[in-house]
Amino acid sequence: MTPVSINTGRLRSPFYPRLAELDSLNTWHNWAGYSSAEALYCEDMEYFAIRNSTGVFDITPMTKYRITGPDALDYLNRLVTRDMRKIKPGRVAYAIWCDDQGQVIDDGTIFHLREGEYRLCSQERHLAWLTTAAIGFDVTVKEETAEIAALAVQGPTSYSVLKNMGIDGLDSLKPFGLIHHQIFGTELMVSRTGFTGDLGYELWIDPDKAIDLWDALFAAGKLHGIQAIGTHALDLARKEAGYLAPFEDFLPAETTVRTGRTRSPLEIGMEWLVDFNKDNFNGRRALLKEKAEGSTWRLVKLDIEGNKTADHSYIYADDKKNSDEIGFITSAAWSPVCKQNIALGTVRTPHGKPGDNVWVEVYYQREMHWNRVMAKATVVDKPFWFPARRGMTPPAPF
Amino acid sequence: MIDKYDAIVIGAGHNGLVCSALLAKAGKNVLVLEANDQVGGAAITREFADGYSVSACAHLLYKMQPQVEKDLNLNINLASDNLSTIVLSEVGEHVTYCGNKVTGVNESDQKNFAEFFKRMTRFSDLLNTYLNKPPPRLGTKNKKDLFTLAMLGFDLRRMGKVEMREFLRLIGMNIYDELDERFESPLLKGGLSLDSVLGTHLGPRSPNTILTYLFRMAGKHGTLSTPKGGMGSVTKAMSDSAKAAGVEIITNAKVKKVIIEKGTATGVELNDGTIYNSEIVVSNADPKKTMLELVGARNVETRFTHRIDNIRMKGNAAKLHIALNKLPTIKGFSESDYSQRILIAPDENYVERAFNSAKYGESSPLPVLEITFPSIKDSSLAPSGCHVMSAVVQYAPYQQKSDWNEEARTNFKNDIFSVLKQHMPDIENCCLSSEILTPLDLEKEFHITGGHWHHGELTLDQFMFVRPVAGSAQYQMPIDGLYLCGAGSHPGGGISGASGRNAAQVILKREKR
Repeated sequence: MTPVSINTGRLRSPFYPRLAELDSLNTWHNWAGYSSAEALYCEDMEYFAIRNSTGVFDITPMTKYRITGPDALDYLNRLVTRDMRKIKPGRVAYAIWCDDQGQVIDDGTIFHLREGEYRLCSQERHLAWLTTAAIGFDVTVKEETAEIAALAVQGPTSYSVLKNMGIDGLDSLKPFGLIHHQIFGTELMVSRTGFTGDLGYELWIDPDKAIDLWDALFAAGKLHGIQAIGTHALDLARKEAGYLAPFEDFLPAETTVRTGRTRSPLEIGMEWLVDFNKDNFNGRRALLKEKAEGSTWRLVKLDIEGNKTADHSYIYADDKKNSDEIGFITSAAWSPVCKQNIALGTVRTPHGKPGDNVWVEVYYQREMHWNRVMAKATVVDKPFWFPARRGMTPPAPF
Repeated sequence: MIDKYDAIVIGAGHNGLVCSALLAKAGKNVLVLEANDQVGGAAITREFADGYSVSACAHLLYKMQPQVEKDLNLNINLASDNLSTIVLSEVGEHVTYCGNKVTGVNESDQKNFAEFFKRMTRFSDLLNTYLNKPPPRLGTKNKKDLFTLAMLGFDLRRMGKVEMREFLRLIGMNIYDELDERFESPLLKGGLSLDSVLGTHLGPRSPNTILTYLFRMAGKHGTLSTPKGGMGSVTKAMSDSAKAAGVEIITNAKVKKVIIEKGTATGVELNDGTIYNSEIVVSNADPKKTMLELVGARNVETRFTHRIDNIRMKGNAAKLHIALNKLPTIKGFSESDYSQRILIAPDENYVERAFNSAKYGESSPLPVLEITFPSIKDSSLAPSGCHVMSAVVQYAPYQQKSDWNEEARTNFKNDIFSVLKQHMPDIENCCLSSEILTPLDLEKEFHITGGHWHHGELTLDQFMFVRPVAGSAQYQMPIDGLYLCGAGSHPGGGISGASGRNAAQVILKREKR
């Protein structure tokens, strides 16, 4: 057998040359084996690009799996908790999948590219699980992360930028829809999806055409304030939208060692994604039982008094008789666009119903010294940031 | 036919028949659906040449549970009982053992054999207690399970410190080392090696072969008998008992799938589209066939499917049937010797070597054989003056390199005949016709995935609490109303009826709840 040379170093996305040109901070981290920029020049400005103009984020490291074969639909329907029969070709589904005990492994998006042909995208790698789940199905699961370059183009002017680029069909492209567009002698897939809670699109193309796409995109967006962004800006935007991040707001079930550290979909506010009316999905038995007996945890969105970011804080009930902590914060930020001190957290049921008041114990440092404040917080139901433009079809031009 | 049965049993193998009879005796309306044209599953009598019949798969009874016989009022007519085992020597100096007695070996071997037998039967008695009840679940708060577990610990401890240690030392070990420590006679070691590996994908040097030996000894201490009319008569008696209890049996009814609605089994659908409804569906089919084919992966969880898919159940034993115009000559054999159980396993290394080929997808060029001439004591099996030979031949791996094409089958048969000829020089002249059933044939004919006699290798990782797989040892599958009752579930293979009886107990208890 001839030895095979394997690149064991960190991978670079096909957009790396352009990102490197724009990068002045040199803060890169590892995302699923790829170098991914935390910020390129200023994370605050990058964040405002998402909310005020257009931010471009390299999502090539997102793991992508092509799922095809006669049983593709049945396979996905068993894999994820929602009913995939309702997702027609040209539509995208946000979905979560669970282990046998009904604990969340990850969330992701499933693109119904063409009849019977799907692509599943998620932040973490899941080939082992997806392959195991394929036992007994006539289905092919192919890892295609490196075969597709992808960009998230997010913000109020993103529609006009893409229109400038000459992409047709955007006027009728609804949220969670996708279209195919011919460009540079290849096919560009455009989906109206994203992780910012704003108007935005994701572009998917052959890696050989990645630079062409980048250049065309930035040329088209020059007058619309287009900016490349890093993960920090995106992370702030996703918190405002109330989106969950694996390893922060929940742990992928397959990665935990201790019992009780996983979460079920019902415990992270994803009950709307669980369809008990379909025949079967992985974890259904366990989740039915949980539904009948009650969950242990509940995910809460908190609007916190004051301006001290409540990272990793304990949460207490608004109850003089009960001084025990009821949970903790998993993600927190000062939201510039909402002017709110926001957080996502996990609390024990029955605490944390929408409208409940809770207390958050915030520690913050001022010139080496630590200060502590008990801040009152309200559990809110809706995302902190949900602009009308996110759902508008066609979106307003700029 | 009625609209809805209380229980449907898929497959009229012996465990399915036992289970259905017990359910019917408890007042249930039971329907048994059998894919083949006769009941019995692999435990049937098969006419392989005009006028010549043999037991198609297992040909010796050594595990039949007395409780099953009693519950079903079975009256099994035996053609022969308490058979001796004769390990053939080319020069006619055979070794014979039966119970704790062995002849043809030196005095020290005789003494050691009695001691070995005593200890093994003691351990197998301990095992036997737990084979005839549903295994306790681990990590549960169920009182009965905890009590059974505590009893298991207590029973172990009660043997005394020395014996308990010995049990724990031996239970995962291989038989080869134990035999080598104790005995001198190669023939005795060869014979006992074969006893330990019969019907498995294991060689005497494989770990766990003491467990398989103990499993064989459990119940009747290895006492061998043959039923009159072949194994088919046993299952016939079982089906008669089931019918008498009100069970409806339909043959030529191949189940296509178990109908599942929202996690609950509601009936079965046949290949021809007929649908039978029932709240309880019991499968006598092996776990893989049941869960992956009849139920389908989409109806069960991913990890569970994975565990089922990983059950090791590739058969490695073939069956050879020969129609004889007369009994072949065997050096040093008296007339009565022919009606005993005859082994060709000259020594323990021979058996291990035979297994070597199987590991790499080849049949053994020098196979080991377990031979019986059942027609001697049972004239119904062959025309007058003629005889049949029924032999289990190892090893014949399910995944043979050439997929058991004609050439491979012919070669294997030739290999078997040349081994036979060393001991029975005139075997070819006696042979009128013959057939060989490889694991692939057993799979086709009896619908056993992998053609494995035990519906799954009998090893510690697929035994008791974890048979067929972890989390489903108590016959209930992770679908409401679906149960297993075949050898793939606890305790395992052999014509014992234990799986069927245990399953019926679990099902009836659920009903009471």
